[in-house]
Amino acid sequence: MALPNKPAGELKADVNPAVEEREVDILIVGGGMAACGTAFEIKKWAADKKILLVDKAAMERSGAVAQGLSAINTYIGENAPDDYVRMVRNDLMGLVREDLIFDLGTHVDDSVHLFEEWGLPIWKKDEAGKNLDGKKGQKMGTLKSGAKPVRTGKWQIMINGESYKRIVAEAAKLALGTENILERVFIVELLLDKNVENQIAGAVGFSVRENKVYIIKAKTMMVACGGAVNIYMPRSQGEGKGRAWYPVWNAGSTYTMCMKVGAELSMMENRFTPARFKDGYGPVGAWFLLFKAKTLNGLGENFAASDAAKKELASYAPYGTAAITPTCLRNHLMLFEMKSGRGPIIMDTVSALDVLGKTMDKKELKHLESEAWEDFLDMTCGQANLWCATNTEPEKKNSEVMPTEPYLLGSHSGCCGMWVSGPDFDWVPASYKWGDKGKIYNRMTTVKGLFTSGDGVGCSGHKFSSGSHAEGRMVAKQMARYVRDHADFTPTLAKTKEELVAMVYKPVKTFYDNYALTTAVDINPNYIKPAGMAMRLMKATNEYGGGWATYYQTSSKNLEIIMEMLQTMREDCEKLGASDLHELMRAWEIYHRIWTVEAHLRHIQFRKETRYPGFYYQADYPGQDDKNWFCFTNSKYDPKTGEWSSFKRDYVKIIPD
Amino acid sequence: MPSFVIQEKCDGCKGGEKTACMYICPNDLMVLDANAMKAYNQEPDQCWECFSCVKICPTQAIEVRGYSDFVPLGSSIMPMMGTEDVMWTCKFRNGVVKRFKFPIRTTPEGQANAYAALSGKDLESQLLSTEEADGRQLPKPKAVA
Repeated sequence: MALPNKPAGELKADVNPAVEEREVDILIVGGGMAACGTAFEIKKWAADKKILLVDKAAMERSGAVAQGLSAINTYIGENAPDDYVRMVRNDLMGLVREDLIFDLGTHVDDSVHLFEEWGLPIWKKDEAGKNLDGKKGQKMGTLKSGAKPVRTGKWQIMINGESYKRIVAEAAKLALGTENILERVFIVELLLDKNVENQIAGAVGFSVRENKVYIIKAKTMMVACGGAVNIYMPRSQGEGKGRAWYPVWNAGSTYTMCMKVGAELSMMENRFTPARFKDGYGPVGAWFLLFKAKTLNGLGENFAASDAAKKELASYAPYGTAAITPTCLRNHLMLFEMKSGRGPIIMDTVSALDVLGKTMDKKELKHLESEAWEDFLDMTCGQANLWCATNTEPEKKNSEVMPTEPYLLGSHSGCCGMWVSGPDFDWVPASYKWGDKGKIYNRMTTVKGLFTSGDGVGCSGHKFSSGSHAEGRMVAKQMARYVRDHADFTPTLAKTKEELVAMVYKPVKTFYDNYALTTAVDINPNYIKPAGMAMRLMKATNEYGGGWATYYQTSSKNLEIIMEMLQTMREDCEKLGASDLHELMRAWEIYHRIWTVEAHLRHIQFRKETRYPGFYYQADYPGQDDKNWFCFTNSKYDPKTGEWSSFKRDYVKIIPD
Repeated sequence: MPSFVIQEKCDGCKGGEKTACMYICPNDLMVLDANAMKAYNQEPDQCWECFSCVKICPTQAIEVRGYSDFVPLGSSIMPMMGTEDVMWTCKFRNGVVKRFKFPIRTTPEGQANAYAALSGKDLESQLLSTEEADGRQLPKPKAVA
């Protein structure tokens, strides 16, 4: 056997990559639901402008919806956007940007109507109130024409969404034109303008298919590359590391790239720790809402309905006593059972299907079984396989539910992200609106010309797939305005081409300069492989930063220790080594993850209360402290001095209770 | 639950302009060994089990084996993609087999309406292009209306 001392990987990296320089008016970084929205909308407002979309993967199956979805979680329909704001506010423990949420609520249905027109099958109610799948339901007409969707909750509608992303990406690509799209190019750093203070001017990245660095100048851009996954030690650490609940390729790139050019962050302490079917991470929403299943503790008790649970929830009033218990508090109750030795938590699928079956004939029952399986097969195929492998038929055998590892995101049941301007309406408070040269630009970060959407927008959760698409469209229009209003601006980069290439390809040079020293490429004192650095980060966050190892609890002392560890990790990132293009992608991803985690923990350190029990606990400051902390917590990294600052921003209530 | 490629069935999509699984994998895991003209999963522990490679493979050469961490052997789930539906075959460890068919789209592929001819009018309003075309009025919060 040959010594394992040769560079691995099929697409070897070359220390001297080609360079392609581009100059566009509008740059779209990302290819998920938000970016597809932007791609669809942008030419309607900026037909004569140069536009480029850059996706790390292939749009047909990139982003959080790559695998498909079984529901659209935000469709306003017959409801009022005011109530949508109330729901989001309560779920996120009171602190949200009501302007952003209301604004989104007025546009989201338009995107859902487009999805249906493009071919997404949406379930309908027939005249008798029975459920029809998306194909049979076509005879009821479209949602836009007044047909009734199948609601599982007040805001959710059921779909047959295996090809959801393919359909949405198809429209996006047709609208923008494939000549304006670069796939398999990973943007890794944003660039500020050399002359205009705090103005975005471009971005750099590289191809994961050929040795080529891209330097792209732009007058304005949107960065929407999802949230952050695999930042905390996952519960499965072998092959199962990839079985993340949110897409495993989301590397915090949105937050890191924006914060590094000085964009203000908000509520980065907020995280989402979903309770899901154990190990397979299949969705539980349909089981609670559609099948009306209950969760039991290890003693078989419906613990969430107990007097003790009600008392605990009352201590988090008004959120805990609302009609729908906030997601974090549902976790909180579950963790209480587990810590008290009354675990594991069981989803009682058997009783739920038995009760439903009593009112159904054989054909309807068969359909119900099919719906239960589709819920997994549309969006978490692996959970279906886990049921098969463990001989689990949900009508005969219950399944465990468990909180996962923590995730950072702004579009699902979480709200971390950038502090962005609200829309230019008179009802939006002045402190929520900003822009440039006397104009307000909706969804612009605090960096001029830099926009975000989807997971990138802070303080505004519960957008989900449809809301992210709509938000991407809103941003498209704002970028069109920005470019029109800044026609005389010519982006100028501060760094030379050579400096940028050297920065992007540094891990490649580090590897090739040093690998010959040892007899096996993976272990070398002069570099660290991204896979090793990833484990270092996840071990540290799990042990000190409130991972599952400590039931999501951290403390001031633990935070102090991990901040020092993160500093060392950032220094060691200077010695990341990559032999091939895939590994170069991994090197930049772990770099992005480390910065994002640092922001997350700096925010937890700053907010001296426990706002989201069930998601995380600051042991030195248990409970909520409305007197001092009923406000947004923001932070900013100064790209000039390299210093962080943390500060409060006022919350303004727009929609009354 | 990493994907794996059956050697006999994979032809590396030779003759095609791209290797299908390599084109589609959202996490850049599937790669082609150009000498062997066969694809493989280069980083199985980063596989999200999204089945994108399984669904797109023109020779049905790709399947998925459950993560060794927690999935017992002996089961399989396989999708068969049609133009309007997907058919799943789910085989249990104990031999039970279930089949499900679900709609995936209601229109022919490639013909989504991109509203290519639609041109927005008022760049200063907050209306999206199709909302503007529909003559929509955006509501205000009831408390300030």
